[in-house]
Amino acid sequence: MSGEVLAFYLLAALAAGSALGCVIATNIVRMAMCLLGTLGAVALLYFLLSANFLAVIQLVVYAGGTLILIVFGIMVTSRTYGEKLKPRTSEALIGTIVVLALFAGLVAILLRAPWTPVAPTEPSNSVAQIGQELLGTYLVPFELASVLLLAVMIGAAYLAQPAKKE
Amino acid sequence: MGSILRKVALPIFLIGVAAIMGIAWAPALLCGTVDSMRDDLGTWYKWDLRGERPTLTVGNIRQYLEGSIEGQFAPAAHVRFGHSTAVAFAYVLWPLQFRITRDVLAVVGVVGFVSLFAMFAIWWERKVAARMQSRLGPMRVGGWHGWAQSLADGLKLLQKEDIFIEGADRPLFRMAAYVAFVPALGLFIALPFSAAWIARDLDVGLIFIFAMFGVGVLGVLIAGWASNNKWSMFGAMREACQMISYEIPLGFALLVPIMTVGTLRLTTIGDLQSGGFQTWLAFRNPFLLAAALLFFIAALASCKRAPFDLPEAESELVAGFHTEYSGFRWALFFFAEYAEMFAAGALAAILFFGAWHSPLPAAWGESWRHGPLWQQALHGVVFSGPLWLIGKGIFFVYVQMWLRWTLPRIRLDQVMYACVQVMLPLAMLVLLANTFWEWLVPSRSVLGMAANAVCTAVGAVAVLAIIGISIYGFVNRRRLVGTLVVKHLPGA
Repeated sequence: MSGEVLAFYLLAALAAGSALGCVIATNIVRMAMCLLGTLGAVALLYFLLSANFLAVIQLVVYAGGTLILIVFGIMVTSRTYGEKLKPRTSEALIGTIVVLALFAGLVAILLRAPWTPVAPTEPSNSVAQIGQELLGTYLVPFELASVLLLAVMIGAAYLAQPAKKE
Repeated sequence: MGSILRKVALPIFLIGVAAIMGIAWAPALLCGTVDSMRDDLGTWYKWDLRGERPTLTVGNIRQYLEGSIEGQFAPAAHVRFGHSTAVAFAYVLWPLQFRITRDVLAVVGVVGFVSLFAMFAIWWERKVAARMQSRLGPMRVGGWHGWAQSLADGLKLLQKEDIFIEGADRPLFRMAAYVAFVPALGLFIALPFSAAWIARDLDVGLIFIFAMFGVGVLGVLIAGWASNNKWSMFGAMREACQMISYEIPLGFALLVPIMTVGTLRLTTIGDLQSGGFQTWLAFRNPFLLAAALLFFIAALASCKRAPFDLPEAESELVAGFHTEYSGFRWALFFFAEYAEMFAAGALAAILFFGAWHSPLPAAWGESWRHGPLWQQALHGVVFSGPLWLIGKGIFFVYVQMWLRWTLPRIRLDQVMYACVQVMLPLAMLVLLANTFWEWLVPSRSVLGMAANAVCTAVGAVAVLAIIGISIYGFVNRRRLVGTLVVKHLPGA
């Protein structure tokens, strides 16, 4: 087993294990920390695949941005320390069914997919290429995504405005 | 015993520093030697390697050192080794051709540098603070101005009990210190000390360091939460909202030099500034100078240094997020803070202030770079080398300390006001203006050269003013400090 394969399995195990921990944990901040494990492991997997830009953006956006916002939101809103989150039986049942269906679908697709290995090519200047593609070939989806984000921001600002006095 | 130790303390300190620098230089030199050997042997044996370097055996290296293989870099006749010396050297050089050995060396180097720097900086900060307040600061441990104070503190902290408070979230409480420390250490992976002194020359090095700054915040956040303490929690929340807000102007300020140089690779950014003082990015045009200032202020907030040190405001929050920590875990937070301070200073130097180059144009020293060993060493000191980057980094760390002991801490609403209503619009304005400048004004045009000249003049005046004020302060040191301090001034 080469070092690369070994690293892949270790990181994959870390990602999957943390994801499992995120589901099982009853404390919401611990869930967030498990999420950090998953996001970090996935970023490291990207590094292993030489997708440096993707890995770094994963760290900036998810680990450094979204996750901090989540934890911050929890801290601002949660009242009691050490509150335990336990799903109701019906919730757990529905969740299990959805997850099993999703898992079965994924496995079915994975088994059917034709895995043709692609010869690795040396990335010349991946950041510049990504930039060209995003602002050239895929300009419309890119701009649509930013319009969506703008809409979300306006919505958030609307929700956050103080109640008007009659 | 004590008095003898006191007399030899300073020489020991200086010899230690020189030895550390030598130890740091030697592996880089040896790695370079091995690489040139590998290049030579590939051509000598006419191996078909498709551009890759061959793996050497110990025998290859021995033959090479004895001079039985000729090549571009082969040792000249007068420096060839005898058989036994060559064998000994071959065993030293052989492991250095493998990537894993170099990685281990890099990791050891980074951890060593960060720990040594943090210890030095903590002692130095106490001395700076003391001098600004007309006190003495640490004076006893080690003799000369208490230089071993941090060493003694470190030993003390190692022995202390690792206290866990009742009701804390234990796993998170333990983890938080590492989550704060590991990213601070990890960003040194991509931080170049010079063009060749870098663990991994990532093509996205700049964003990687930016990401690591962001992830480090989680440690503080979790520490505050897991302590189950009102004050720790307030510290953590202040840190979070300050960090999320200041990341935006920080990012905009980073975009300005990226736009000018067109790359995220830090070694390339550094080497674009090798042509002397006027080619440093901060002096290219006025907007880059403004971006440098904005970057420094935002970085100050990210490192939670005064006037933005609200997360650990000791007059309001006991000690903020690390109130409940003790022993080595507490020390890890400080290591992380000082590592980040140095990284912020080094990043400012790389992006705006000539990276690892001296103010002299590198072209002047070109012949020294390929000369004998002593000329190469001199080139590293005079023209460009890790010493310059570390020096600039330490200078910016000093500026951070200087600001901390000069400015009062500002209130949280003032912090947010300064970010959202002042820094953010300014950063966007600078970014926009720089876009138009890069688009409309070529650097060879009259306007471009004039702007460059004016900015260089401003920078030169600032540098000269700092040097001049320092000399004035040193000359008048007896008048500027209190009577108690006068007795202990260096040279008194």
